[in-house]
Amino acid sequence: MRITTTVNSEARDVDDVWEGESLLYMLRERMGLPGSKNACEQGECGSCTVYLDGVAVCACLVAAGQADGRDIVTVEGLTEGNDLHPVQQAFLDAGAVQCGFCTPGLVVATHDLLARTPQPGDSEIREYLAGNLCRCTGYEKILDAVKLAASRMASSPTKVAK
Amino acid sequence: MEFLTPTSMQEALEAKSAHPDAKPILGGTDVMVELNFDRCRPATLLDLTRIPELAEWGRDNGSIKLGAGVSYTRVIAELADQLPGLAMASRTVGSPQIRNRGTVGGNLGAASPAGDSHPALLAADAEIELRSVNGLRRLPATEFYTGVKRHAGRDDELITAVHITPPSGPQQFCKIGTRNAMVISVSAFSIALHPDRSEVRTGIGSAAPTPRRAVDAETWLAAALEANGLWESRGALPEGLAREFAGLVAAAASPIDDVRGTAAYRLHSLSVMARRSLGWVWNDYASGQEH
Repeated sequence: MRITTTVNSEARDVDDVWEGESLLYMLRERMGLPGSKNACEQGECGSCTVYLDGVAVCACLVAAGQADGRDIVTVEGLTEGNDLHPVQQAFLDAGAVQCGFCTPGLVVATHDLLARTPQPGDSEIREYLAGNLCRCTGYEKILDAVKLAASRMASSPTKVAK
Repeated sequence: MEFLTPTSMQEALEAKSAHPDAKPILGGTDVMVELNFDRCRPATLLDLTRIPELAEWGRDNGSIKLGAGVSYTRVIAELADQLPGLAMASRTVGSPQIRNRGTVGGNLGAASPAGDSHPALLAADAEIELRSVNGLRRLPATEFYTGVKRHAGRDDELITAVHITPPSGPQQFCKIGTRNAMVISVSAFSIALHPDRSEVRTGIGSAAPTPRRAVDAETWLAAALEANGLWESRGALPEGLAREFAGLVAAAASPIDDVRGTAAYRLHSLSVMARRSLGWVWNDYASGQEH
């Protein structure tokens, strides 16, 4: 079937999508957007977190057909021109990236968290990122990155826009 | 495979009638896992996310009609004051991403004994709305669950809503798992006081082939509260009452050993949750909170 979507502000049509495939498969294998990672395929790890009509979801649990006519933003869409988004920069600067596999999902989830709660406390961060697994960092540096991003975004609020 | 995308209730019901084997899909948090792991290959997927009626909730004569497609995130944000038990259960579902997509209607469709919303629905005397091209019927939750991952809906029917009259007293939901997020329950328990009719309702999860009420425990507790005049006095619970209630709750369960826990642990944790949650709802009731 044909799927028509807007991905990262760009109209994208894809043909020959299998009816049972996930949005994640369509993004990675048919649209050349491998930023969203494919790990657990059951919503446990959060590595494929994207925005679907502005709502953070696991792309592996959305049927491609459910995304037809919808607006999708992936981790690739968070950059601002050639500049990394402050959340992305904070993950680099805080050393929150080791193997990097969980990072795209954590970046999108953090982006969503800070859009709702610009200055989250530790417990709010832990609660909000509970659906994103990282097997390298032990999460401490990830918490640092979220707080670093929050403080930088507070001091230059124009960068908050999605 | 066919992918059907009805945009109205009538279209959806006609599609289900024409394709009785179609697999309905809402948030996809259960259905897509089955597809991704090749556990099922339905001939037809019936996408219900484009039907506005399913994505709404509203009041209906003192009761709340919760559309099958309302996400857990919205239940928590919009219904916590009116349906605190269901909102508590919703907070324990998966992660933010899962709660953004997962729905009570989908939980009912999957009909897993471990589904988080079921104990709260049972404790609130919820009714499940099933619709087909031939009409609409409402089943008490107790009659809806018929076996492990089986429910009373017919092949031509869709689960379209849940009707819940907010219990007049305090409610609680508890769940045991290996961590505080992203877990399927090892056991779960919900309780609601209904002081307007001097009744107690409970729901047990993950400790029987289906979610079920602990009917004997409810009847015994309501009678004990009545006999001691406690519904009116809101006084302290007599010594040992919560413990006896907890024993009756555990007696209503029939758990198995599986990868998540043993039957013995499920019975023990269930009785601990029953005892504690009775204490919590009674404290709320004694301090005059209606929810």
